[in-house]
Amino acid sequence: MKTLVIADHDNGSLKPETSKTINAALKLGFAVDVLIAGENVAPMSEIVASISGVNTVLVADHSEYAHQLAENIADLVLSLAPDYSHLVASATTTGKNFMPRVAALLDVAQISEIIDVVDANTFKRPIYAGNAIATVKSLDSKKVLTVRASSFDLQGEQAPAESRVVDSVFSSELSAFVSVEQTESERPELTAAQVVISGGRGMQNGENFSLLNGIADKLGAAIGASRAAVDAGFVPNDMQVGQTGKIVAPNLYIAVGISGAIQHLAGMKDSKVIVAINKDPDAPIFQVADYGLVADLFDVLPELEQAL
Amino acid sequence: MKVLVPIKRVIDYNVKARVKADNSDVDLTNVKMALNPFCEIAIEEAIRLKEAGTATEVIAVTIGAKASQEQLRTALALGADKAIHIETDEKLESLHVAKLLAKIVEQEAPELVILGKQSIDSDNNQTGQMLAALTGRGQGTFASKVDIVNGTVNVTREVDGGLQTVALKLPAVVTTDLRLNEPRYASLPNIMKAKRKPLEVIAADSLGVDLTPRIELVAVHEPAKRSGGIIVDDVAQLVDLLKTQAKVI
Repeated sequence: MKTLVIADHDNGSLKPETSKTINAALKLGFAVDVLIAGENVAPMSEIVASISGVNTVLVADHSEYAHQLAENIADLVLSLAPDYSHLVASATTTGKNFMPRVAALLDVAQISEIIDVVDANTFKRPIYAGNAIATVKSLDSKKVLTVRASSFDLQGEQAPAESRVVDSVFSSELSAFVSVEQTESERPELTAAQVVISGGRGMQNGENFSLLNGIADKLGAAIGASRAAVDAGFVPNDMQVGQTGKIVAPNLYIAVGISGAIQHLAGMKDSKVIVAINKDPDAPIFQVADYGLVADLFDVLPELEQAL
Repeated sequence: MKVLVPIKRVIDYNVKARVKADNSDVDLTNVKMALNPFCEIAIEEAIRLKEAGTATEVIAVTIGAKASQEQLRTALALGADKAIHIETDEKLESLHVAKLLAKIVEQEAPELVILGKQSIDSDNNQTGQMLAALTGRGQGTFASKVDIVNGTVNVTREVDGGLQTVALKLPAVVTTDLRLNEPRYASLPNIMKAKRKPLEVIAADSLGVDLTPRIELVAVHEPAKRSGGIIVDDVAQLVDLLKTQAKVI
């Protein structure tokens, strides 16, 4: 019984989800190897090797893996699968993309977005936008899992584990990379930030999101948004927090002008402390908020920035 | 070009799911059901391809109990040409669904399959990827733009940190993200017309797919409740409490 974790990265930096996923994988109780596939991943593979609990790092460095196309990565993981009883990836857009492909090729079910490991076969996961938590037991011999990273802690460091080169190159004819358009941001990543401040439809337009900048700067916070704000075109969609966007669990989540629809709550209700600023005292967000302020956000935001 | 759109009947997205008292599952008796929102987007995209002259036929397919024919009629009212109902009362997993759909893909040979990226009940986000794997096709998941040119489909995907565009060789599988399009409403005349469109019913167990469960549902619980919070008077009090009581800033 051995576990393979597939590292998540963007070809420059390792995603913090990788460390948290390794934390989840160690709870299975077996040795954990980590596969890092991409182009020029040597610097990142060293970081992976130093994550506490990692047994061996498998390095697949090739231009065919540069954009982590599901078809190529799935075939690569499939080729390594015979040695492992558990295959684990982060439930990021990358992991969600290739893992079900791996599972189907292995003819096993996948258990998505686990938030807790009960034992090596049994896991907890949210269903119905987080309104229920299912305990599920895998009956397959091989388990394919994705991990909701926000439910697990970061791993510490260790003396670097050994690494091994994986030479096999899988190059599918089915798909090809065309282009990528990255959203530029100097702020911490939403899913990794200790503090998140999010705006909703109440922000009224995209320009008003700048009212959050000063506060975010003072708190070292990432800026998020509700689906309503994204759909209204105020901000790009990768800022969306919710069932269909990013799942965050920071120490402090500040919801500004967000009503608190089920969809949004699914993405942030595991935050340690939730603050809601909304002028509607009946907004559902106040039911989950630790601290609520019923006020017009346009009055309050400058005041809050001053007070910090 | 033939387009296949698998759809799912799920709890209406505005309804808050309740857990059964015996913790065996979520209680769906007398709950409003609807077409999964991501599936609506998939149907809309297929219809737009037809309106643009790219698609020649749009086939909607669903797997489930008899009642899910309601959602197939919705798809037909929105513009699908024909519907296939794979009937079963079993609660199927994504892998089973993907295997059954693979049989329909084999039978209908669509060049493009468009699915929603996830259903809002099980929140699995697996079926499209599994279907692509089982049918040996390329996959374009979380699509916010779909562009078909000369035997290739360019799919712009919503990924963490931005957008990625991939080119897939047709036939291919695409799953929809929210911003792909704004689904239309079915008009009354189209709802009436939909009643006369063909709807083929196939028994799930006649397709030769092993539907043995791979996952056992042990229990379903309510999520941990958050303790009630307090309403503060002003910003000064809020900042003070965050510093002294919550100690998060």
